[in-house]
Amino acid sequence: MTELSYAAIAKKKQLKRGALFATLFIIVLLLVSHFMETDKVGTGLTANKSNTLSISGPWEISSLDPANQGYILTRMQVIETLLNVDNKGNIQAGLATQWHNSDDGLTWQFTLREDVVFHDGSHLDAYSVVNALNHATNKHGTLTKAAVTSIDVLAENKIEIILAKPYTSFAALLTNYSNAILSPASYDSTGKVKTLHGSGAYQMDSFSPPHQLTVKQFDNYWGQKASIPFATYLTGHRAESRLLQAKSGEADIVFTLDPSMLSQLKDNDQVTVYSHLIPRTLFIKLNNQHALLKDIKVRQALSMAINRTAIANNVLHSPDSETAQLMPSSMSKWFIEGINNNPYDLNKARNLLASLGWVVDSSGLLKRDGVPFNLTMITYADRPELTVVATAIQAQWAELGITLKVDVTNSSMIPAGHKDGSLQMALIARNFGFIADPLPIISSDFTHGGGDWGTMNWHNTLVDKAINELLITKDEQRSLVLTQQVAKAIYQDTPLLPIASYSQHTSVNKRVENFTFDPFERDYFINQMGLK
Amino acid sequence: MVLNILKKRFYQLILVAWGVGTLTFILMRSLPGDMAYRIAASRYGQDNVNSLAAELVRQELNLDQDWFSSYFHWLLNLIQFDLGNSLVSGLPVIETVQHQLGHSLLLAGSGIALSLLVALPLGTWSAVKGGLINSILVWVSTVTRAMPVFILGLLLILLLSIHWQLLPVAGFSTWQHLVLPSITLAISLAAISNRVVHNSVGKVLRSSFYQFSRVKGLSETQTFIHHGVRNMAVPIVAFVGIQLVSVIEGIVMIESLFSWPGIGHGLAHAIFARDIPVIQGCALMMGILFVLLNSIIDLMCYWIDPRGQQEK
Repeated sequence: MTELSYAAIAKKKQLKRGALFATLFIIVLLLVSHFMETDKVGTGLTANKSNTLSISGPWEISSLDPANQGYILTRMQVIETLLNVDNKGNIQAGLATQWHNSDDGLTWQFTLREDVVFHDGSHLDAYSVVNALNHATNKHGTLTKAAVTSIDVLAENKIEIILAKPYTSFAALLTNYSNAILSPASYDSTGKVKTLHGSGAYQMDSFSPPHQLTVKQFDNYWGQKASIPFATYLTGHRAESRLLQAKSGEADIVFTLDPSMLSQLKDNDQVTVYSHLIPRTLFIKLNNQHALLKDIKVRQALSMAINRTAIANNVLHSPDSETAQLMPSSMSKWFIEGINNNPYDLNKARNLLASLGWVVDSSGLLKRDGVPFNLTMITYADRPELTVVATAIQAQWAELGITLKVDVTNSSMIPAGHKDGSLQMALIARNFGFIADPLPIISSDFTHGGGDWGTMNWHNTLVDKAINELLITKDEQRSLVLTQQVAKAIYQDTPLLPIASYSQHTSVNKRVENFTFDPFERDYFINQMGLK
Repeated sequence: MVLNILKKRFYQLILVAWGVGTLTFILMRSLPGDMAYRIAASRYGQDNVNSLAAELVRQELNLDQDWFSSYFHWLLNLIQFDLGNSLVSGLPVIETVQHQLGHSLLLAGSGIALSLLVALPLGTWSAVKGGLINSILVWVSTVTRAMPVFILGLLLILLLSIHWQLLPVAGFSTWQHLVLPSITLAISLAAISNRVVHNSVGKVLRSSFYQFSRVKGLSETQTFIHHGVRNMAVPIVAFVGIQLVSVIEGIVMIESLFSWPGIGHGLAHAIFARDIPVIQGCALMMGILFVLLNSIIDLMCYWIDPRGQQEK
């Protein structure tokens, strides 16, 4: 007869339970490790704090297609374009060493760099460039701005692009990330980017969309080889998180710091904060056909009621960034010398509105024939200072008796509102350095009634004519005259209200050497940096 | 009995999968604003979203297709276990959801485990001792719970990452990155669960069967282990299970603060971008997870105390 004891049964039960829990634990671990697998590319040396430059910014990267978030890929030096741009906006050689435009302006020829190797080991030649550019023309990008008829191989290292009509800024279009040159093996049969093989100083190491991208140095790079083995980009959604990453030294370089938080880094001896003016302008887009805004005097009064200096000093924490014109001084051709950057005059604004019948009633509200002056301004939270500037303007206009509703929404509501005509006004930060030359942006957003991110329902034949001529003229002197004409017309007609030139606030840890800032936000120049 | 529970849950699972997906589809399509613009903004970035981009997206994704066709298409794919591709990244939804859900489960699991390490002893201690200790714990729990989890996270970052430089502020590539968000979550959860433990333990300690076992001669420890633990466990397990479900779905603030790529954060972004396949995929997985976790809780409760199910 088998001897039974309570202790033996209890022990057996305990063993069973233990085995069950251990199995469960292993299953959970396996599941989690399976879920957390990232898209690892390559092996070998692994990234750690001492060999990795850590960069943090607010932008997500969800795709490796240059047409989508290619700006992060050019900044991380994974992909390159035929032409580059220096910090003054001049076009420079990139993957093409020479370029030439025919006298009729319709033919562009490019001679390619000969010692370029893609990250998959294949060599750059005219066929790979034509292949990449053909894919770019089928996607959303800058090439659609010019009427490209054909892209052909002329020789092993030479290509030719034919346009249907002349486009003087065509070279500038090619500096945009959407026209990056990838190896033919990067694309699938439908033209989608399946595996990214660029030609930059860094190649892909791992990609965890939409938060993290790690790149590693590419030994066969044709230019200055990187000395930092790895670089990683991490999306820091919240401005607070990015600041704390800078403060703790966890991130070496942090972009787009919230101006109101800069003081917290002042006494930090591990971090240097740089503030660079970039060709991006904060302005209020106005619907010039809106019943309240179609009179130029109203628009002028609104402009005079904005204390731009106060906003620049106290909200943006960038003294001298206030502006009443569209382009920053770095865009010298488009910059008007000698105008008042802060035409703030509340009394003059009141008188202008009074001359149109707008009076302040006993409750402090501006009214005409009993109708209050109410407007809605939309803005978006992608850039942390926009919402604060919007509320500052709301308070400043309230002094005139204007009720401004601020609606913080998705940035796409601005082009959507422009198209369906529902937009009243929008506070935006427009990047005029998106393409090296602002002309393509001005031509699409400020002519013939305006565009998604420019004027709205504003017609000026002088500007339309000048832009049409600018797109084809090669005469530098004439070009300067025309750009000044356009800039002055926009300033005088006040179809939109410029507020301030944009400052990019960046923190750089002291362990980073040779930090360089690109005002066109195309390149982080990681290959020129070192780590102490 | 166990088979019955599992069978019931399986039917629920099918119903939840269909219901969640359908509801998400209807709600997303009913939202104001043009989907094409939203998708274009997420796909091309704020500097490059315009009407041309929206038109391109509209054509590529066939967004003008009528509701019924899109719904039928989705349902057909679902039956074949195909969740489709993200409208923004073009990546398969299943990959995106796997990546996010894995991180959410890891964070939620470690947060809950840590919270139990805090809540179980504290709740039991306060139930046993009562008086001043309990009053202090009530105050501490109330203050902690009243504090937004975002503030709690910031305070912990300031202390552990900035002041003592022990842990990284944000990210997800190493195990150290998990510690701060887990602690933040654990403190926030323990603030409530320690009160549930307190009540459950208190109720058992005051019960007649517990008193009787002491009277019949068992020691305090013996009584607690043999007559206390099981009886206390049922409400605690049920509550922790509910917490786990809500945590997986609702830790957007923690994920956002610590740049943790969880499913809550992913879902919020997908909603902003009107990335319907991702929204449906996330909602579907959450629904399935909800049913699965509830089933596990039911089974655990049945295992701890079979009387509960028999009564039902």
